[in-house]
Order: sequence, then C-alpha cells, then structure tokens
Amino acid sequence: MLDMTDVRKTFNAKTVNEKVALDGLTLHLNDGDFVTVIGGNGAGKSTMLNAIAGVWPIDRGSIVIDKKDISRLPEHRRAPLLGRVFQDPMTGTAATMQIEENLALAARRGERRTLKPGITRAERNQYRDQLAALGLGLEDRMTAKVGLLSGGQRQALTLLMATLKKPKLLLLDEHTAALDPRTAEKVLELSEKIVRENNLMTLMVTHNMRDAIRYGNRLIMMNEGKIILDIAGEQKQKLTVEDLMTAFFKASGEEFANDRALLS
Amino acid sequence: MNFTALFNAMPGAAAQGLIWGIMAIGVYITYKVLDLADLTVDGSMATGGAVCVMLMLNGVNVWLALLCAVLAGMLAGLLTGIFHTAMGIPPILAGILTQLSLYSINLAVMAFKANQGINVTKYALIVSQRNVRTLSWNNPIFTALLFLIVLIGALYWFFGTELGSSLRATGANEAMSRAQGINTNTAKILGLMISNGIVALSSALLSHYQGFVDVNMGRGAIVIGLAAVIISEVIFGKLFRNFALKLTGVALGAVIYYIVIQVVLWLGLNTNLLKLLSALIVAVFLGIPYWKAHMNMRKGGGRHA
Repeated sequence: MLDMTDVRKTFNAKTVNEKVALDGLTLHLNDGDFVTVIGGNGAGKSTMLNAIAGVWPIDRGSIVIDKKDISRLPEHRRAPLLGRVFQDPMTGTAATMQIEENLALAARRGERRTLKPGITRAERNQYRDQLAALGLGLEDRMTAKVGLLSGGQRQALTLLMATLKKPKLLLLDEHTAALDPRTAEKVLELSEKIVRENNLMTLMVTHNMRDAIRYGNRLIMMNEGKIILDIAGEQKQKLTVEDLMTAFFKASGEEFANDRALLS
Repeated sequence: MNFTALFNAMPGAAAQGLIWGIMAIGVYITYKVLDLADLTVDGSMATGGAVCVMLMLNGVNVWLALLCAVLAGMLAGLLTGIFHTAMGIPPILAGILTQLSLYSINLAVMAFKANQGINVTKYALIVSQRNVRTLSWNNPIFTALLFLIVLIGALYWFFGTELGSSLRATGANEAMSRAQGINTNTAKILGLMISNGIVALSSALLSHYQGFVDVNMGRGAIVIGLAAVIISEVIFGKLFRNFALKLTGVALGAVIYYIVIQVVLWLGLNTNLLKLLSALIVAVFLGIPYWKAHMNMRKGGGRHA
C-alpha cells in the first residue's frame, strides 16, 4: 500500500525560476495496483516518482509504504522497498561492470554489504535462468560489460534488477521513451509480464496515451503538480485516446500539447 | 655518453618505481575505481613517513610503526571524505583542504622540523637504498615486490566482496548505486580511507628507503600517481583486463616513469625542471581522450544520441 498525503515540492524557491512541481499531491495505491501516469511536460510525473524514491527531500506532506513512513529517509534506505527503472538506459545499470555483477548488486538491495563474496556460483546459475527468461540471449554474455548492451537490453536488465528482490512498489519512469518503437513494445510487454507474475504495485509514467490505456488497472493524469483525473477498473478499459484528450482539456483548460503523445 | 652511469642508476629507479607504484595503486583506487580526483595524496605521501619514522625514533617496533602510518593515512582520507560528503565540498577542493592541513600536521608530527633522518645501521628499516645493488633478501626491489604482491592480492579479494563491489558500483554509477540501496557517501569515505592508507604505506617505505622523511616529499605525488595510471593504460590497457593485472600494470607504470626520469636526467636535464616535465607529460596524456573525441566529432562520427 502506498499513501502520499499533501506532498509539496518547489524547485528554485524564492527565485525567478521558482516552480511548484508537486502541489499538495495526494495519492493512494492498493497492493497489486498497476497505475499508468500521463500528463504534459512539467506536469510532475517524474517528480512524483523521484519524491517517492527520495532523490531529494520533499517540502511538506508524507509518503507511507505499508505503514512505514519513508518521507524523511535518505534515498538508499528507501531502496529496499522500491524497484526503479529510469528513462535513460544509462542510469539504471553500471556500464563498466559485468551483467552478472550488476545483478549481484541488485540482489543485495536492502542488505548489509559485508566481506562475503560479491557473487556466488549458485547466484550465477539463478541469474542465467532469469536472463534466459528475458529471451534476449543475455544468459550467454553474463561476464560482458553492460556498456556493450543496447538500450533495450539495458532496460530489460534494469527491469530484472529492479524486481530481483521483490519490491513493495515498482517505479517505471518513462522507461521506454528512449527506445525505438519495436524495442519499446517488447520492453513494455516484459514489464507487464513481470508485474503480473509478481503481482507488483506499480507506477508507470508514460508519454504514450495508448500504452497508458492498454496497460494497468488504473490511470491517473497529472497537471501542474496535481492529479486531475483518476480512472480505474471497467471505466478504464473503455477509455480511448480521444476521451483522454477531452478530459485533459476539461480539467486543465488547455490542449494536450505534446507532440510525442499525439503522434504515437 | 656514459652508459655505465645509466645502467648503474637502473636498480635505484626500479626500487623507487616499485615503492611509488604502491602509491600509484592508491591513486588508482580513487581516480579510476571511485572516479574521484583526490589531492589528499600530496599530504598523506609525507604523513606515512613522518608517523613511521618518528615512532621508530621513539623506540616503537617497526611493524607497529608501519601500521600506525597506514592508520594515519586512513584518517587523512576520512577527513577528505567528511569534507566532501558531510559538507558538500567538491572532491578536488576537499582534498586540497586536507592536503594543506596535513602540511601543518606533518610538521607537528616531525617535531616541527622539515626533515628527520633515520639511520639504517641503528634502526631495523624495512627497505634501504644501501642494499639496492646487493643480491640478497635485503634488496629493496625484492621487498617492495613482496609488498606489492600482498597488496594487490588483498585489493583483488576486497573488490570482489559485497562491500568492495559497492565501492566499484559507486564509482561507476552513483544514481544506480543509491537505487540499489548503497550508501554512496559511506562508499566514497571508505574508498578515500583505503586509498590514503595505501599511500601512507608507500610513504613510510619511501622514508625507509631514502633514510629520512621530508615534509615536502609528497609534493606532486598525485601527478606521479596519475602518470603511472596513464602509462599503464597506454601500454597495458588492451592487455590487462583483469583487476589484479590492472593494478600490476599501474605499479609497472610507476617503474617505467622512474626509468624514464633516470634517462632524462642522464641526458642532462636540470633536476629542478623535473616536476615541470612530469606535469606537462601528464597534461598531454590526459588531453588525448578529449582530442580523440573532438577529432571524431569533426569527422561526423562519434555523436550518438
């Protein structure tokens, strides 16, 4: 369960560049909810995910996961609860380290790192099976440096790393935006498969309205740091892109002006 | 040209190179593994010797004195780490601040004298220049090699552990490391401590080797360390992929550096111009990757989204 209550974040406060990125945001997620998040540029989608992850402190409000208040915890102490995949494929993995080393790092998320071996033989076998399940042939390249992989491969690996230790909440921050359409499709399907198999509570930010409709059981739309639309269940299944455009116009009084969202 | 003089200078160059090679490995850990340029080194390269020599002059056992030297170096790294992580000071500046404070600290340790001698006939020194051309177990080349082997083995083991991996991850990608629950501040502090501990070890051995400790002996150490790292990358980069081999390459890089210096001196360069020469050579090699990227861009390649 995730509870965000009245979360506020202002960037560059008291300067000409002041921007209220999250404006008293309140959001409740139930276990197993797979929520897609859409909204224009600067609506606060990524900011919301970063607030949960603890990239910087929030100004006000509280963030609670499973009754544990994480609002004031540093980023690395929230990590045990969270799985994260980023927009930039470079962000989620260590390029100069091997595939299996990256996985071994992720497998120890939330544990004290001791002087025990960084990776064991039993782990290697387990990773080989898990990599094979991705269907990308990475199981034969486990000692290759991650920097040699393509963007899609890196995102798939990051997904595996994010869920190797089952997180309470999975944060997907436009994780297919930097990929070509076919690869993006594949990574999305993989994401859904992993989310469903593990019944993961998930927040997925996307620029693509069709994806936002197709995936998940609930959809929220953000504008100016607030949630302006929240649709779940059957109602969501009947949604169309046109509905979303109209809803956005009604709620915000602006056109949904975003090339990427319109063209896709 | 007197080749005999050059030939005779080689054992000394090798011994010095190996001892400085230990320091270069310390630099490698911050510069390459953690991706931090740490200038603490110029201070801790005198601290180790100061602590070790002064303790020995006061009757402390040589191995205990050596251990204290390493611990002193680690404290220096801790200070830089605190400046950087707890006070948000950029790493280069944090290192410079520690380096400057170490100048006073080193002087204080050395009873406010700029140098302190230690005689090999009176004290059980681990290495000494006096034995550099003897064929015996006492030869500093042999002893320094032994130290290097043990050090490289220990580091190879450490960086393969969970904790060591978290240090490597921090250097490779901080955002990812934090997302995987690694306290990157702790990792950086630990890395700085290990690095400066190793530098202090090298410093202690160097003071034994030359028979004295000088408050200025660390000046320019970071440049020598970088030179060793760069030389090893240029010469062994394609050959040495394994971590232990890379560390070996760095030590060899320091030896090559000292051999080159000997040759340059033999050719008649004024000793006082050495630091200028070293700095320029390192600057050129640091510039090569930048120039390469620049050339690629002109050719229209190398620009990938």
